[in-house]
Amino acid sequence: MELLGLYHYWVFAVLLMIGFYAVVAKLNLIKKLIGLSLFQAAVFLLYITMGKVSGGTAPIVGGGTEVFSSPLPQVLILTAIVVGISTTALGLGLVVRIREEYGSIEEDEIQALDEP
Amino acid sequence: MISAIVDMASWVLLTLGGISVLIGGIGALRMPDLYTRIHAASLTDSTGAILVLVGIMLQAGWSLETIKLGAILMFLLLTSPTASNALAVTALRDGLRPSALVPKEKTRR
Amino acid sequence: MTTLFGIFLLTLLLITAVAIVRSRNLFISVTLMAIASLLIAANFFLLDAADVALTEAAIGAGISTVLFLGALFLTSEQERSATSRRLLSFAVVAAAALIVIYATFDKPRFGDPQAPVQVHISPWYIEQTRELIEIPNVVTAVLASFRGYDTLGELIVVFTAGIGVLLLFSSGTPSADNRLLFSRLNLGLRRYLIPRVVGRLLVPFILLLGFYVQFHGEYGPGGGFQAGAIIAAAFILYALVEGERRALRVIPQRALLAMMAGGTILYGAVGVAGILLGGRFLDYSVLAADPVQGQQIGILLIEIAVGITVTGVLLSIFHAFAARGR
Repeated sequence: MELLGLYHYWVFAVLLMIGFYAVVAKLNLIKKLIGLSLFQAAVFLLYITMGKVSGGTAPIVGGGTEVFSSPLPQVLILTAIVVGISTTALGLGLVVRIREEYGSIEEDEIQALDEP
Repeated sequence: MISAIVDMASWVLLTLGGISVLIGGIGALRMPDLYTRIHAASLTDSTGAILVLVGIMLQAGWSLETIKLGAILMFLLLTSPTASNALAVTALRDGLRPSALVPKEKTRR
Repeated sequence: MTTLFGIFLLTLLLITAVAIVRSRNLFISVTLMAIASLLIAANFFLLDAADVALTEAAIGAGISTVLFLGALFLTSEQERSATSRRLLSFAVVAAAALIVIYATFDKPRFGDPQAPVQVHISPWYIEQTRELIEIPNVVTAVLASFRGYDTLGELIVVFTAGIGVLLLFSSGTPSADNRLLFSRLNLGLRRYLIPRVVGRLLVPFILLLGFYVQFHGEYGPGGGFQAGAIIAAAFILYALVEGERRALRVIPQRALLAMMAGGTILYGAVGVAGILLGGRFLDYSVLAADPVQGQQIGILLIEIAVGITVTGVLLSIFHAFAARGR
């Protein structure tokens, strides 16, 4: 039961590395971006997990309870999610432009095209 | 006394809803082709949503939560059959025939 | 019980993540990403982060999926190459995962009230929100007032990313087959009766929810970021149902640009107004005679500014992708 208290962090570690695997091992550029999104989601999960306190509620005062989970990680992640989708969209835009110029979104094919 | 009956009814509804969704999940995995799968998943899903949400409504009693749950129920009853319909119509337009209409050898790939 | 349910959801999330990476069909990967996002949002809710759950559900499962599908539409759905150096990558990743897991043994246990994050600064924010701002939602108070600088920075990043996408798509010519596909896309769902009718029926209610989330953000979960995402999702649904051109007639491209810039400028202007009235940058206390009321006015304006910019940026990005084939 003591170790179960770390399960959330283990999920974070494994999810982080699944995302990282997609970034380094996959050659398809969209797959890399999907991996990056998973990586990002893992970080979000870590922050929110750290803010949780047992028996607490969402940090909205006046509901009768006095134990609140920490609001600070929630603020950071709330904005990070919106920033994340904007940057992912920028990445997708780059991929679409690469496809238009090279006719491919596979890293090895693009590199083969670049070599004279 | 009445509260005990309401509580019991709510649990019965919640359990039935859970079973219904579970059956839908099994159907979506075990059915032979896309159309039967959609059929299994969408019907049980809508039933499950009604049962579970009414069950929670009984738990919530007469309050703002009940109205919110009712709104969620309306939303689910509108969107989930629509999604199933869109899926089936798109598959049909793409030329996927129901497996019952296709000779046996052809369905195997 | 809740913890057990959380563990169940997290396990499902891991299975989904493995399936996402393994699938060679990108369409399946993207669809599974939406499911993963929903699982994460449910988890956020269990971890007492209602605001974050709302954002993740609207953005991760909604808008992000639409953008990824748009990109697939413009590139290809099938992953062609084999995985490169599979064994080496797997070894590196597994080793790194083990190191991170080893490091977690030094972390405070899940939900520990004595963890540094709970005792160091959080009580201060909760206490000061009651005293100085007097709005129930502490997350909104920290976001818009205590850490208003951060939020301004984040908003500028969102704005810049939006401009970046527009710039990327302003050069080069889309390929011919994209153009052919686009003429089909522009029909919207005109030939699909039931999705079209239901979609049109839902748009006003989603907009209503968006405005509720925007203006209820001080009292319950909500605020500019969430509302911006929900309102953008409503217009994206309209564009999917009625075709992109008709959606652009509702909010033209110029208006979207004005929203992107206008929201950011409004945020900055509220900050400058603080200076002009004798306070500091982004100090809202001077905006009204009563400092508490000034704070509340400031937060309301900031949230509106954030909502306008986020709606503008997300819709601009969507239209940039959708119009690429024209």
